[in-house]
Amino acid sequence: MYEFDWSSIPGALPFLWDGMRVSLQITLIAMLFGIVWGTLLAMMRLSPVRSLSLFAAGYVNLFRAIPVVMVLLWFFLIMPSFIQQLFGLSAGSDLRLASAMAGFALFESAYYSEIIRAGIQSVPKGQLSACYALGMNYRQAMQLVILPQAFRNMVPLLLTQAVILFQDTSLVYVSALADFFGAAYKVGDRDGRLIELLLFAGLVYFVICFTASTLVKQLQKKYRPA
Amino acid sequence: MSYQWNWDVFLQPTAAGDDIYLGWMFSGLKMTIGLSLTAWVVALLLGALVGVLRTVPNRALAGIASGYVELFRNVPLLVQLFIWYFVLPELLPQSLGDAYKQSNPILQQFLASMVCLGLFTSARVAEQVRTGINSLPQGQKNAGLALGFTLAQTYRYVMLPMAFRLVVPPLTSEFLNIFKNSAICSTIGLLELAAQGRQLVDYTAQPYESFVAVTLAYLLLNVLVMGAMKKVEDRIRVPGYLGGK
Repeated sequence: MYEFDWSSIPGALPFLWDGMRVSLQITLIAMLFGIVWGTLLAMMRLSPVRSLSLFAAGYVNLFRAIPVVMVLLWFFLIMPSFIQQLFGLSAGSDLRLASAMAGFALFESAYYSEIIRAGIQSVPKGQLSACYALGMNYRQAMQLVILPQAFRNMVPLLLTQAVILFQDTSLVYVSALADFFGAAYKVGDRDGRLIELLLFAGLVYFVICFTASTLVKQLQKKYRPA
Repeated sequence: MSYQWNWDVFLQPTAAGDDIYLGWMFSGLKMTIGLSLTAWVVALLLGALVGVLRTVPNRALAGIASGYVELFRNVPLLVQLFIWYFVLPELLPQSLGDAYKQSNPILQQFLASMVCLGLFTSARVAEQVRTGINSLPQGQKNAGLALGFTLAQTYRYVMLPMAFRLVVPPLTSEFLNIFKNSAICSTIGLLELAAQGRQLVDYTAQPYESFVAVTLAYLLLNVLVMGAMKKVEDRIRVPGYLGGK
């Protein structure tokens, strides 16, 4: 039977925490950008201008059809040289974190836009008509009446998606970027204690995600849309 | 940018000389499909069982089933995969672990990937099955029991035939997800589509062609699966229900 030895974890905690900060940074940036760009995509998708709605539909369907690993590989292997040429950076600069953020942000915005589209559509149509009847224009109607209600209904789904996103950030492993999982793997590999570190990483992810999704469920009960 | 496009790269013989690069792509595609389909079978069987258990009026069984779902839903797939592949063989009894480690490495990768994807997806399938069962009118269960069916018979003859049909449309997206998630198995060295794409980059230094090809292959898989599921949904939909005729 295997002899567990957890002694390499306490000393590695600062390094693991650095990794966790990278994971959280990527999650936060991708979430914020994803919601902003996702909102724009959702509005384009619902817009009567055909070219806009076609573009948004194409974007969303493309990103939803390919694996996130593939998106990350595109961004890691191809984007750095592209960004370097664009901004004239030196070839050595490490753009993996920026690439990961960009990749996740563009990828997640496709999923966010579907949530937001459903949220906008959940607001009764009569409200838009009422806004127009009151003399508002489209931007005012969206900004003052439709989106605030839509977002209130969507908050639980947006947060659930953020938990999924946080789990997916472990995939930056494919670029050897030291996020929390990457850090745990490195420590385990270095000390020959991969088993313990992998189990530890799983436990940490479980505690964080389970707590977060339990909180989201409670929030959902409290603010159930009328 | 001075990138040399060269689409003929797929027709060149590989460095190993046994095939052309297009052949690598096809073998990766076959692996992705084989892995996803076998894992889907695991996911459906386990997911149906766990989903049903979550609805039974027995706290212990429902609690175990709900713990199962939470466990597999709150740990990242990549971490689960590494645990199946690196950790589990060490925790097995010595003789079994050794036999496993001495078996064909491709078989080891495939088994770990299949079990991992299957169990991961089964938790999501279970949620859909539970939702399907809970969406049935309460009266159906009561009517079954009132007619003298046991609880098991009520599930078997009244509720499940209905719930399993209702649950097919939401399962389509899980079926699509299993194909996409299978790309993660490239991290333990399984030569599926994404891994073959990366290998092609290493051997030919033509990243754009390789990635475009792999991306198109995933798009194609997506379209095929959606088409197939549309056919299944049409056959199986319940008249009179939402989306039914």
